[in-house]
Amino acid sequence: MKILVPVKRVVDHNVKIRVKTDGTGVDLANAKMSMNPFDEIAVEQAVRMKEDGEASEVVVVSVGPAQAQEVLRTALAMGADRAILVVAEGRVEPLAVAKILQRVAQAEEAGMIIVGKQAIDDDCNQTGQMLSALLGWSQATFASKIEMSGGSALVTREIDGGLQQIELTLPAVVTADLRLNEPRYASLPNIMKAKKKPLVQQTPNELSVSVAPRLNVLRVEEPAARASGIKVGSVAELLDKLKTEAAVI
Amino acid sequence: MATLLFADHDNASLSEHSARALGAALQIGAEVDILIAGQGAAPAAEAAAALVGVRRVLLAEGDALAERLAEPVAALIVQLSGDYDTILAPATSSGKNVLPRVAALLDVMQVSEVTEVVSPDTFKRPIYAGNAIEVVQSAEAVRVLTVRSASFTPAAAGSAVAPIIAIKPPVAPVLSSFRQNLLSANDRPDLSSARIVVSGGRALGSKERFEATINPLADKLGAAVGASRAAVDAGYAANDFQVGQTGKVVAPDLYIACGISGAIQHLAGMKDSRVIVAINTDGEAPIFQVADYGIVGDIFDIVPQMERAL
Ligand SMILES: Cc1cc2nc3c(=O)[nH]c(=O)nc-3n(C[C@H](O)[C@H](O)[C@H](O)COP(=O)(O)OP(=O)(O)OC[C@H]3O[C@@H](n4cnc5c(N)ncnc54)[C@H](O)[C@@H]3O)c2cc1C
Ligand SMILES: Nc1ncnc2c1ncn2[C@@H]1O[C@H](COP(=O)(O)O)[C@@H](O)[C@H]1O
Repeated sequence: MKILVPVKRVVDHNVKIRVKTDGTGVDLANAKMSMNPFDEIAVEQAVRMKEDGEASEVVVVSVGPAQAQEVLRTALAMGADRAILVVAEGRVEPLAVAKILQRVAQAEEAGMIIVGKQAIDDDCNQTGQMLSALLGWSQATFASKIEMSGGSALVTREIDGGLQQIELTLPAVVTADLRLNEPRYASLPNIMKAKKKPLVQQTPNELSVSVAPRLNVLRVEEPAARASGIKVGSVAELLDKLKTEAAVI
Repeated sequence: MATLLFADHDNASLSEHSARALGAALQIGAEVDILIAGQGAAPAAEAAAALVGVRRVLLAEGDALAERLAEPVAALIVQLSGDYDTILAPATSSGKNVLPRVAALLDVMQVSEVTEVVSPDTFKRPIYAGNAIEVVQSAEAVRVLTVRSASFTPAAAGSAVAPIIAIKPPVAPVLSSFRQNLLSANDRPDLSSARIVVSGGRALGSKERFEATINPLADKLGAAVGASRAAVDAGYAANDFQVGQTGKVVAPDLYIACGISGAIQHLAGMKDSRVIVAINTDGEAPIFQVADYGIVGDIFDIVPQMERAL
């Protein structure tokens, strides 16, 4: 079974971003960029499944600018076999990404796609579900465990009240949650080896997908700031403030 | 045209998120129908029918819908979609699971985690863990939205009762099947809607110490218990306790953060709380930047003191 893992290049999770003063977006000039953390978890899962003999090949795909090659190389260094970069500049919405991934999955005849649950820049949490719908495949979001058995996969999902187990008929789309695994760091020899692994480029046009955004972003605003608070010296003072000043207890 | 609200419920009862999503739906202005998809879900449908502002409740029942798996529920909503120009759901694990699937089948882009309805086609939503707010307009034929419950006031239950109409779900191929739910046993208030939340972080050190320190204070206050990702990853608290960018978003009257540093991903889930209290040994911890009241001190000393003094 071939596993496809979409990986997105996003601002690093440690970077505190700034809203541009003219309200046109977020200032990412010189910001450190990395692989979306949930996608690292997805890559790790696919690589482990290959190591366990459950997958034959792990193919990573990114939709983004030329620099997205860097996150693909990182995925290759973690153990993926091949990479595909679908070159697209600017904002590409989840629906367009899902359509691109649909074409790639069909061409590759993938048996499973492991997607991150959410990109930490747009916080959309949509792409995996959309991809599953477009392919007409089964879907398991927010996975914290994947167990393969023959033609199906038993997936444990993190839901609002706890956990849920569902069984998926393959092929399937699974979205990775935080506790699926702890991604490895690529070793230096593997980083060197990754430079020689195949990375091909395609365009949305070649896949007959339009990446023109559907939603119109009118502006991007600074979130409301909180008034600065105070430090109190004792529990008695704290409880007094909570009772009289804030009136919350 | 009208709005269809895909409700969050567990067949036996309607969740508070549904009433809050109705609050958002009513702001759009069109008439609102509520869809209850489930099995043996008449009680949830009756609760929905009693909410003020509902035109009618659509009740679709069947084995495939019992646990609201994404594939059959999305097929059902798509079948109903012709009568609506807005389809929305609360951004719960169920809403987030189903609605993007509906959007893709209708070939429209979804607007996720709406925190404000600016006009019927324009919405505000947080991006970058809440460090920026996007104002986005949708000219799609059908607007598909998930709404953040913490940002909307729940619609009240009234004396009028909307009609409940049974509908037949479409026959869809079975792609996945339900095995079991492993739900956290919890007799405290629900984290997402509690008036007070006491949260613990990595500093708690173990599951035993987490429970021995956080729970008594929570119980004294009638509060829900939350946790940081670090505490959940380390097994001190269950996954559904996680507050943050990728956990639950809460906005209680009072949020007490105990031994939590205040990483942006955690702040994303609680910084809209009305009053925030932080207890941390490190006076420079970022959590103090959002706290109304901070105490620099050891949680194992401060938290029991609070509990005793209440
Ligand atoms: C993709 C992604 C998603 C994430 N999503 C979330 C999320 O949804 N929610 C979330 O919470 N995090 C999330 N995180 C993790 C987040 O970045 C932080 O790592 C996490 O919030 C830290 O948890 P913490 O504050 O408990 O631990 P730490 O950062 O280790 O902080 C522990 C704090 O306890 C204090 N302390 C230690 N001992 C004591 C004591 N005895 N008394 C008082 N104070 C003490 C320390 O001074 C410190 O400030 C995410 C990260 C990533 C990359
Ligand atoms: N441009 C992209 N390239 C590759 N994968 C993507 C891209 N955008 C989204 N994804 C995948 O979809 C997941 C969810 O993204 P989102 O729906 O934007 O929150 C991510 O974790 C990735 O796995």
